[in-house]
Amino acid sequence: MTWLADNWETVLTLTWRSLYLAGIPLVIGFVVSIPLGWAASRWSWSYPAILTTTGLLYTIPSLALFVIMPVLLGTKILDPVNVVVALTIYTVALLARTVADGLIAVPDDIAQAATAMGYKGVRRLFGVELPLAVPVIAAGLRVAAVSNVSIVSIASLIGVSQLGDLLIDGFNRVIWGELLTGIVACVLLALAFDAVIVLGTRVLTPWLRVQGARA
Amino acid sequence: MINSIWAWFTDPANWVGEDGIPHRLLQHLEYTAMAVLLAAVIAIPLGLWVGHTGRARWLVSFANSVRAVPTLGLLFAVSLWLGPKIRGDLAFTIPSVLVLAVLAIPPLLAGTYAGIEAVPPAARDAARGVGMTSGQVLRQVEIPNGLPLLMSGMRSAVLQVVATATVAAIIGLGGLGRYLIDGIALGDYPQTAGGAILVAVLAVVLDGVFALTQRRVVSPGLTGRRVGGRGKDSRSVSVEAEKPLTDAAPAPVARG
Repeated sequence: MTWLADNWETVLTLTWRSLYLAGIPLVIGFVVSIPLGWAASRWSWSYPAILTTTGLLYTIPSLALFVIMPVLLGTKILDPVNVVVALTIYTVALLARTVADGLIAVPDDIAQAATAMGYKGVRRLFGVELPLAVPVIAAGLRVAAVSNVSIVSIASLIGVSQLGDLLIDGFNRVIWGELLTGIVACVLLALAFDAVIVLGTRVLTPWLRVQGARA
Repeated sequence: MINSIWAWFTDPANWVGEDGIPHRLLQHLEYTAMAVLLAAVIAIPLGLWVGHTGRARWLVSFANSVRAVPTLGLLFAVSLWLGPKIRGDLAFTIPSVLVLAVLAIPPLLAGTYAGIEAVPPAARDAARGVGMTSGQVLRQVEIPNGLPLLMSGMRSAVLQVVATATVAAIIGLGGLGRYLIDGIALGDYPQTAGGAILVAVLAVVLDGVFALTQRRVVSPGLTGRRVGGRGKDSRSVSVEAEKPLTDAAPAPVARG
């Protein structure tokens, strides 16, 4: 506790860095996975192709992906962009599947009713199908968020500074206060992401609450 | 850059001895096997029990919530705590393998439980109806039906362990992670990238092996795959076999 009292400013700065290093990939990954998931749900031949490719990328361990990035992107090894791109890849790998499965799970009669009411193409996707798939997509988003926060701390091993620095420094200098602060801060950050997503889902799916109240 | 990585791979000095690629690869596989076996011995019976009896479901959600703990922090904390109590090289190995096993438990437990839970109640009732005992229902109905999800959990666990074993090189564990951690410390990029490529290939190959095993051990009754297909319409059969397996593909799992 004394360690935290003396160093809270550092902890805040590092938490902020973790927040955006984990958060930016979550947002970009989400945006990318919507067209990918939609394509996989629309044409059944593309489903295995898209999901096998993203699944293969997800298989690559994070530390390995971080250090391979400079070869692929031509960046410097210390560049935070490596971490952002690697985490975006993981996020897309997780979400492309949930978006596809969520869209496939939209009942046919609803899609047909929407078409009959004049919803077509992109408007049907954003106006009817995606909103109905929100609970499924949100579940995937929660997994991706928690996963990103945990993986981001590993970026300290390649010199990209964020909360993981507290873990490494606390271990190297045997400062339990610092190590435990780092662990607790990571867990709290993961819980914060989770809470925001759960809240967002509630706001976006008012019909689920109405059903719940009637039941 | 690519040339220097190639040079690292083709240097004969990197293929022999304690620090050679074959030895490091073998070590990595050993740690992975130890950790996954240890986790399986704990998580599979526990998952079967929770799924079969419907009791203590909180165990599964508790194990899942452990995933929010950063793997790096867990490695450091356990190694600082246990390391000084153990003598010799084991001071590095035991804490690491323990953490790896702990990380493999949530996906295995969740997969086993979800597999048993997802067995259609009608199948369970029918089994009881024909006079099967509780143990027979578990062995002959629930386990075979739950196998696809159990195997998915196994795949996630193996990937998690392979990835974390790489990171564990920072607390002195051997295996392929040594190339990455030592390479970064020395500023030797070809070695770092070479190690990374090896780890990536290992993960992809292991996952492939488990995917094939999954296909083999799952009952044809579940996959629609015919035993000893007659070749004539083998194409449509293989397409059918594909579908249920993709449905049972790994539930998304957080990992570090």
